Amino acid sequence: MLCQNCGKNIATTFIKKTINGETTQTHLCSECAEKQGYNSMFSNIGFDIGDFWGSLFAEPMKKGLTDVVRCEGCGHSFGEIAESGRAGCPSCYTTFYDRLLPSIQRIHGKTAHTGKVPSGAGEGLKKERELERLRSELAKCIEAQQYEKCAELRDRIRELEKGEKGNEK
Amino acid sequence: MKNKNAKWYQLSGAEGDVVISTRVRLARNLSGVPFPASLNQERRLEVAKKAREALKSSKEADEFDFLDMANIEPRDALSMVERHLISPEFAKRGKGSALLLKKDESVSIMINEEDHFRIQVMRPGLDLDKAYEIADEIDDLFDEQVKFAFDDRLGYLTQCPTNLGTGMRASLMLHLPALHERGAIQQLANTVSKLGLTIRGIYGEGSKPEGAIYQLSNQVTLGISEQAAIENLKGIAAQIIREERAAREQLCRNPQFEDMVWRSLGLLQTARMMSCDEFMTLISNLRIGVAMGIIPGISLDTIGELINDAQPQTLMATARRDMEPSERDVERAKMVRTRLTSNG
Repeated sequence: MLCQNCGKNIATTFIKKTINGETTQTHLCSECAEKQGYNSMFSNIGFDIGDFWGSLFAEPMKKGLTDVVRCEGCGHSFGEIAESGRAGCPSCYTTFYDRLLPSIQRIHGKTAHTGKVPSGAGEGLKKERELERLRSELAKCIEAQQYEKCAELRDRIRELEKGEKGNEK
Repeated sequence: MKNKNAKWYQLSGAEGDVVISTRVRLARNLSGVPFPASLNQERRLEVAKKAREALKSSKEADEFDFLDMANIEPRDALSMVERHLISPEFAKRGKGSALLLKKDESVSIMINEEDHFRIQVMRPGLDLDKAYEIADEIDDLFDEQVKFAFDDRLGYLTQCPTNLGTGMRASLMLHLPALHERGAIQQLANTVSKLGLTIRGIYGEGSKPEGAIYQLSNQVTLGISEQAAIENLKGIAAQIIREERAAREQLCRNPQFEDMVWRSLGLLQTARMMSCDEFMTLISNLRIGVAMGIIPGISLDTIGELINDAQPQTLMATARRDMEPSERDVERAKMVRTRLTSNG
């Protein structure tokens, strides 16, 4: 395919934009893409809040935009998320998980959710949480020398662990 | 006598001398749907419709009003911002955004703010457990009807990564006039930020908080459970409350302090014009005077309601007309005078 701007060179850059829900797609050659500023996304970082969060996503820009991966859910690229500091849709977090993780760690200090699990989520995860909770309760009971309760908790943990293995088979 | 139409903020609650109110907010998004910023109006309306229908099927449906933000007068929307029912950004949204508002205004659910759902619960005084319990129930209620975006590793998925995980922001509105007077807030802010919390002025600009009213809230949402975040907040709040009370005791030993409290009441009861800035300073003095038992016959409930009703947009929203600042100052002085003399 030829570049849609100059019509001379082979298009190597695919640009997909979604603005207010309207998606446009353009194919450009590398020269035209550069002229239109698509290779210099990070060169003009100012100091608005979006850029501030964006800087949390600092990742060396090794590659140009010619091999941009786009989120299937919303068409956002990693560069766009990094620039605005905001994801386009829930799937962005799956698509760019590895690249987002360092920034998420910088924000929260941690990378694994330990809070509420919605009822629709996997049974496995819920069981894991319950086991975590029981184990920490057990540790407390041991410290407090409440042996009767310890035995109860141990039985409950064994039961859950057994079920877990059973499910795996 | 309990008024059927009473609003939550007309009552003071536990630790009311220092803690004005508690707020818990959960950020939630529909699974498989781009965040509101990436949706056109039509699809935003679909999200609002889904939310409305999900609520309709619950037994609490009658308790809620559905407000289409496109039909809300700007001064009414801004009054809701002043009353912390919606965010300033949300007030500007207009068409495609909607608010599910409980009649006593203790629960507000913003649809298509930054996230599809922002569930907010407010309670008077220090009441984090109850506020979370209610928010959690509402979350479950919606989750049964519409599936919320959730990832095993990252928890609830939100537009901004700062809300990932629990999506929960729990906050306390604190009245800290004595610590403010002592210039201790900056140091406090430094300390709490190391503990994953933040404290900032609520009214006025960040650098010049009016009425010494501050908001203390959790920052970290990933890798900490809702309960742990709440316990953390409670622990820090307990220390701040202790320090504020101790600082108040010291203030009380100064005869000028008692004089200032009474003078503030005098001005509030007699002035014919009062700017919002002046009002916030005086009502803050009065609030500490009432909390310390210096001024009898006025309740913290009355003061809480006044702080709420005397804000500029709320004054205009109540009067149902726009007013010039000087006109508002007259109206504000009149309202304050009437309420403080009839209650006093």
